[in-house]
Amino acid sequence: MTLTTDETRQWLLEFSKRIQEQKQYLSDLDQAIGDGDHGSNMARGVTAVEDMIKDDSLTKPSEVMKKAAMAMISKVGGASGPLYGSAFLDMSKIIDEESLPEVVEAGLNAIKKRGKAELEDKTMVDMWGPVVEALKTDTLTQAFIEETMEATKPLKAKKGRASYLNERSIGHLDPGAVSSGYLFIAMIEEVGKND
Amino acid sequence: MKKIINDSSRVVDEMIEGFCFAHQELVKKIDDYRVIVSRDIENQVGLVSGGGSGHEPAHAGFVGEGMLSAAVCGEVFSSPTPDQVLEGIKASDNGQGVLLVVKNYTGDVLNFDMAKELAEMEDIAVETVLVDDDIAVEDSTYTAGKRGVAGTIFVHKILGAYARQGKTLKELKELGDDLVGRIKTIGVALTAATVPEVGKPGFNLKADELEYGVGIHGEPGYLRETLKTSKDIAKELVEKLSQSFTFKEDGQYGVLVNGLGATPLMEQYVFLNDVKKELAESNMQIAYTKVGNYMTSLDMAGLSLTIIEFSGTTEIAALNEEVTTPSWG
Repeated sequence: MTLTTDETRQWLLEFSKRIQEQKQYLSDLDQAIGDGDHGSNMARGVTAVEDMIKDDSLTKPSEVMKKAAMAMISKVGGASGPLYGSAFLDMSKIIDEESLPEVVEAGLNAIKKRGKAELEDKTMVDMWGPVVEALKTDTLTQAFIEETMEATKPLKAKKGRASYLNERSIGHLDPGAVSSGYLFIAMIEEVGKND
Repeated sequence: MKKIINDSSRVVDEMIEGFCFAHQELVKKIDDYRVIVSRDIENQVGLVSGGGSGHEPAHAGFVGEGMLSAAVCGEVFSSPTPDQVLEGIKASDNGQGVLLVVKNYTGDVLNFDMAKELAEMEDIAVETVLVDDDIAVEDSTYTAGKRGVAGTIFVHKILGAYARQGKTLKELKELGDDLVGRIKTIGVALTAATVPEVGKPGFNLKADELEYGVGIHGEPGYLRETLKTSKDIAKELVEKLSQSFTFKEDGQYGVLVNGLGATPLMEQYVFLNDVKKELAESNMQIAYTKVGNYMTSLDMAGLSLTIIEFSGTTEIAALNEEVTTPSWG
């Protein structure tokens, strides 16, 4: 089943709400293994997403998702901007025709391609990958997402800023995997609600 | 922090305004974007570079006839976003495509890569040449692999000349990739840079200390020592560079001594004189020399030494060609 325009919009608005609530926490996570700006960068991005997708003239999920992509691309900066931007952009290309597992998988593939990262490199991929698998088997729950966030803790970073710390990156959650986790918790809450 | 600024969050915008006023006959700013474009967009492949600000005159100072078509300015020490780079690409394209010259930092690579994809969606052909000339360390704070530093200006100048000669996008990409492999740089810092919005130096060196291999954003280098003479610093840097080259007696090389922001030209010339003596022992031929502040790190004291191994006289001619830019000189 495909998403409706309203579901797509509500999903992203809920994502925005959660990011803004957790802004400080995300920056604190980033402080440990990066440069400490993931929360403020993401908050700036989702605020722009909110502004862009409120527009009532958007009548297709793809239009909403593409607007969100452009907001993330132009407002987040750093590495997260192009990574979220690429994911949303590629999701927008199939969201009108395909169902959720395929849409999220398109996002996963875009992130892997852009960031040249694989599973267990301690990146966003370590959230998106397991979520795609869980969606395919219809086993995605909030508890699963929270466990998946925790599962990034023992990993050693191989990509991104944290990779520079090497062994020292072990023992911290990956901020990008956590912010992505909020995207999927928002998705569980808002998509398919009216079934 | 002692700086001649107003609001630390506005330094990039105010700098761009001043820069475009000073060089209004050569460049202009695209409205609503931090993109500086040459007034003289020729009928050739466009050449676009950029990155975080704080490295002036790189990159906007190299916009003009014979070098860059456009430069995209990010916040201090952070990459411009893809929509900004896309504007630079669109302004530089006249149907023959655009070559991006990107320094190897994760943020820059991702943002320029995304911009490339957005441009391709608008049917503009784009290729990228990635510069990773800093041999000091592998993998650092903002980089997977080696960092891109002062050697980038050789890439701007040589590819700028080739683009003006009418080389195609594909040819420029191949020439650029080959060129980058023959450019190596290593730096030394005496003091750290202070990012205006941070307000304090990025790292601390004692009054009598220097650090070899520091990056242009203050990334850690490979060795801290008590302050040395210019002669000893030249010996260390040349020694380090010579490990990355096999200096050939009949080979032709170019040398760039680049000030990092707070080191006087006097010291840069003193240092060049010592580099010349060190290199003389390798019997190599120095066919090109350049000295000055070209890829700075705000107010960092120190300098970098770049050596390029020329593939032939065409590259030397390309470096010597006249250009009309604010800062090549």
